[in-house]
Amino acid sequence: MERGAPVRSLGPPGDGTLRDLSRPGRSAWSFPALDVDAVEPPADHRRSRSPGLPEVAERDLVRHLTRLSQMNYGVDTGIYPLGSCSMKYNPKLAETAASLQGFAGLHPLQPDGTAQGALELLWRLERALCEITGMARATLQPPAGACGELTGLLIMRAHHEATGGSPRTKILIPDSAHGTNPASARLGGYRAVAIPSTDRGLVDVEALAELVDEDVAGLMLTNPNTLGLFEEDIARITDVVHGVGGLVYYDGANLNAIMGRTRPGDMGFDIVHINTHKTFATPHGGGGPGAGPVGVVEHLVPYLPVPRIERDEDGGFRLSTDEPASIGRMHGFHGNFAVLVRAYAYVFFHGADGLREVSELAVLNANYLAAAIREDFPLAFPDAKPMHEFVSTAAPLERETGVRAMDVAKRLIDLGYHPPTVYFPLVVDEAMMVEPTETESKESLDGFSEALRTAAAEARSDPKLLHDAPVTTPVRRLDEARAARQLRLTWRDDPGDG
Amino acid sequence: MRFAPHTDDDIREMLAAVRASSIDDLFAQIPDPLRLDRPLDLPRGVSEQEILADLGSLARQNVVGEDLVCFAGAGAYDHYVPSVVWAIAGRSELYTSYTPYQPELSQGVLQALFEYQSMVCELTELDVSNASLYDGATALVESVNMARAGGRSRVLVASGVDPRNVDTLRTYGRGSGYEPEPLGDDDGTIDVASDVAAVVVQHPNVYGVLEDVRSFSDAAHRAGALLIQVFDPTSLGILAPPGELRADIAVAEGQPFGNRMNFGGPYLGMLASRREHVRKMPGRIVGATVDVEGRDGYVLTLQAREQHIRREKATSNICTNQTLMALAATVHLAWLGPDGLAELGRQCASKASYAFRRLTEIPGVEPAFPGRPFFKEFTVLLPRPADQVRDAMVERGFLAGVPAPWAGEGALIVAVTERRTRDEIDRLTSALTEVLA
Repeated sequence: MERGAPVRSLGPPGDGTLRDLSRPGRSAWSFPALDVDAVEPPADHRRSRSPGLPEVAERDLVRHLTRLSQMNYGVDTGIYPLGSCSMKYNPKLAETAASLQGFAGLHPLQPDGTAQGALELLWRLERALCEITGMARATLQPPAGACGELTGLLIMRAHHEATGGSPRTKILIPDSAHGTNPASARLGGYRAVAIPSTDRGLVDVEALAELVDEDVAGLMLTNPNTLGLFEEDIARITDVVHGVGGLVYYDGANLNAIMGRTRPGDMGFDIVHINTHKTFATPHGGGGPGAGPVGVVEHLVPYLPVPRIERDEDGGFRLSTDEPASIGRMHGFHGNFAVLVRAYAYVFFHGADGLREVSELAVLNANYLAAAIREDFPLAFPDAKPMHEFVSTAAPLERETGVRAMDVAKRLIDLGYHPPTVYFPLVVDEAMMVEPTETESKESLDGFSEALRTAAAEARSDPKLLHDAPVTTPVRRLDEARAARQLRLTWRDDPGDG
Repeated sequence: MRFAPHTDDDIREMLAAVRASSIDDLFAQIPDPLRLDRPLDLPRGVSEQEILADLGSLARQNVVGEDLVCFAGAGAYDHYVPSVVWAIAGRSELYTSYTPYQPELSQGVLQALFEYQSMVCELTELDVSNASLYDGATALVESVNMARAGGRSRVLVASGVDPRNVDTLRTYGRGSGYEPEPLGDDDGTIDVASDVAAVVVQHPNVYGVLEDVRSFSDAAHRAGALLIQVFDPTSLGILAPPGELRADIAVAEGQPFGNRMNFGGPYLGMLASRREHVRKMPGRIVGATVDVEGRDGYVLTLQAREQHIRREKATSNICTNQTLMALAATVHLAWLGPDGLAELGRQCASKASYAFRRLTEIPGVEPAFPGRPFFKEFTVLLPRPADQVRDAMVERGFLAGVPAPWAGEGALIVAVTERRTRDEIDRLTSALTEVLA
């Protein structure tokens, strides 16, 4: 069994912020001597006061950031089973690929003829993503999943305006959906309408059939859904929406469950986004960058953003902006290219056989872990086998001991583990959403499930241990209400007296 | 060859533990007609050596570096990235973590973002910053959404704003219900009506020219509108910051701090504003607080603005952002400090000035904006279509600039960073002289 990897307190408070380290006259920078005449900006454009940036030596900077990194937990530290985030191990080969000078040194506006390798890479990646999802064409421009959602919704708008003269008004979204779905719907100019789940955790198809009408522009759905369950009636769901002329959007958050087994296009979806930082293991970077390519079926291709990558008859590649029906530009340039290089490396390293196995082992790991903890943390929807993630509930434990899901999460931290997502999805009481991913070994899952069982046993014998947790970390539970009430958002803001 | 850590024995034991006889059992919920009954039409998996050979061959088909000395800018710049940036930002405890939902395990990322926000405010002389957006163009979109949240609708864009920025605004505006309108400032007049939410000005502008931002701010404020400034963060060691220019919201492409050009991404959307707008700000914001023992610590704060709490009423849909780029910018800015940032600005401005003088000495090459001051970029009018000249210069090993066809057939925007040398500028001048001869 693999033990946890705790992030421990580093002892007495550290060195404060970079500003506290600053000493007038210290510096890290160096530039070559200026080899032309120096010029100053015109007087009325000059800065009147030097910016308050820190003055530190390079050694100070490195030790400071190294210390900060020691107060952080990443996938390279240990299992990171955040549900819906697919925190899988990121192969290092992708870093080597992205750092190649031929990619890193490329200006986004240099002529196509000097960027053939980059364009070919994007073209091949687009084809591969279309094959994996069953779409006709894709844009690689959206820099994250939420931006992909908005891209899809703007494509829906353009489609309805072109075919029906009106963009329509409503987007249907399951009540278990991620918050970006309704937020994107509003930014797309739509009203979000919730569709209820059944007591089996699936879309209520009868309720859906009641809700659809000619004002529905489309439905947004993941499959497997946010509860980790496969929507078995998906063909009927997409039929119902298509029946009123609506489109169906696939949120790719959960694509890691189905690669090589089934495809959104085959289920009847019209628009698909993919999170490369989830499914294709591009590192999450502490919160980003990601990439959110969007694929569409044939009849929606005219609306895809520009520029697009086209291959000419002579085999050359070019960026094309001459697409009159396009929704336009979703990103300043071509999207998060260096992230897409990593995604390409992942997809073609794994290949058709490897990607299928990724999904198989992701599902196996989730089922194995769900079974190992179910006595203490039963599945919220026990009737169906989960796919690549599952939602358990701490509600029985809470009733028995008063210990809540958040307390369990904080105790896991003391035991050396990153907790799962808690209190999401909102439709499950005391939810714990767990996604181990395929890159965790059996030993790692055994260690994590034992930690959860330990926490549950402690909740019964010594609940204070959980209420007080974590106690071993660089800081303990933080006063979030105070943070929001008494804003200190920069080192200039006065701490005040609370 | 299997990348995941499972042995065949593991798989057998795990299947037994979940009472499944095979992997197929785990996929039984997928109805038959939906199952993919063939392998994906992709090559089989390969070794690390093979995939890196494939990528190496693609990378070699791109012309970069010494083979194509970069004088292109227009939103992406060939600045020097010091070694320390990725030695530190690449530390995997930071690099392989995600959004700091569990602050006790994430103090490293949270404190670094707090320091990033602090340095953005020091740079801009504004009060608050968020923890990053996707890039400069989408940061502009978010700033316009902030301004429009006040109830007014119209958005006016000054003539010097990069058309890529305007195109991006136009795309997002379709969903939000506005169309960016030209401010009509080409003739020096600035008229702002009382139903305008925001005036957008870019300084230095897309042609490199310095704008009189204060006159835009004053005109916007007289009409009760907000002034959004698109700024160049590398200029702020020497040029007056948005706060001094009376901007309400400032956004920037932060790529030059820590990021290579990477064919356009991932970059860094910077956004800062005056304090009164903080509750309309998009994206993650880190705040300082204390723990149960009174120790200082950091959390994501004002989350009631955000999509995971507020859903369709959120100020933005952003979830995954560009934290890693903000970390890289934090290291780069601390490496520079105030003096290094000023030296960076001075080197760019001086070398651009030298290049401007040399290029406009070439017969037929005229300044597009004679007499107007500029920072690290300037625009010249060539006697032939700029894209043809640019392509001919590629043959001579130079990326001479970015054509600006909307400003004239011969318009070429030339950028000069601190990486360019006098010798390179002289050789650029000779090559352009030959091409135009």
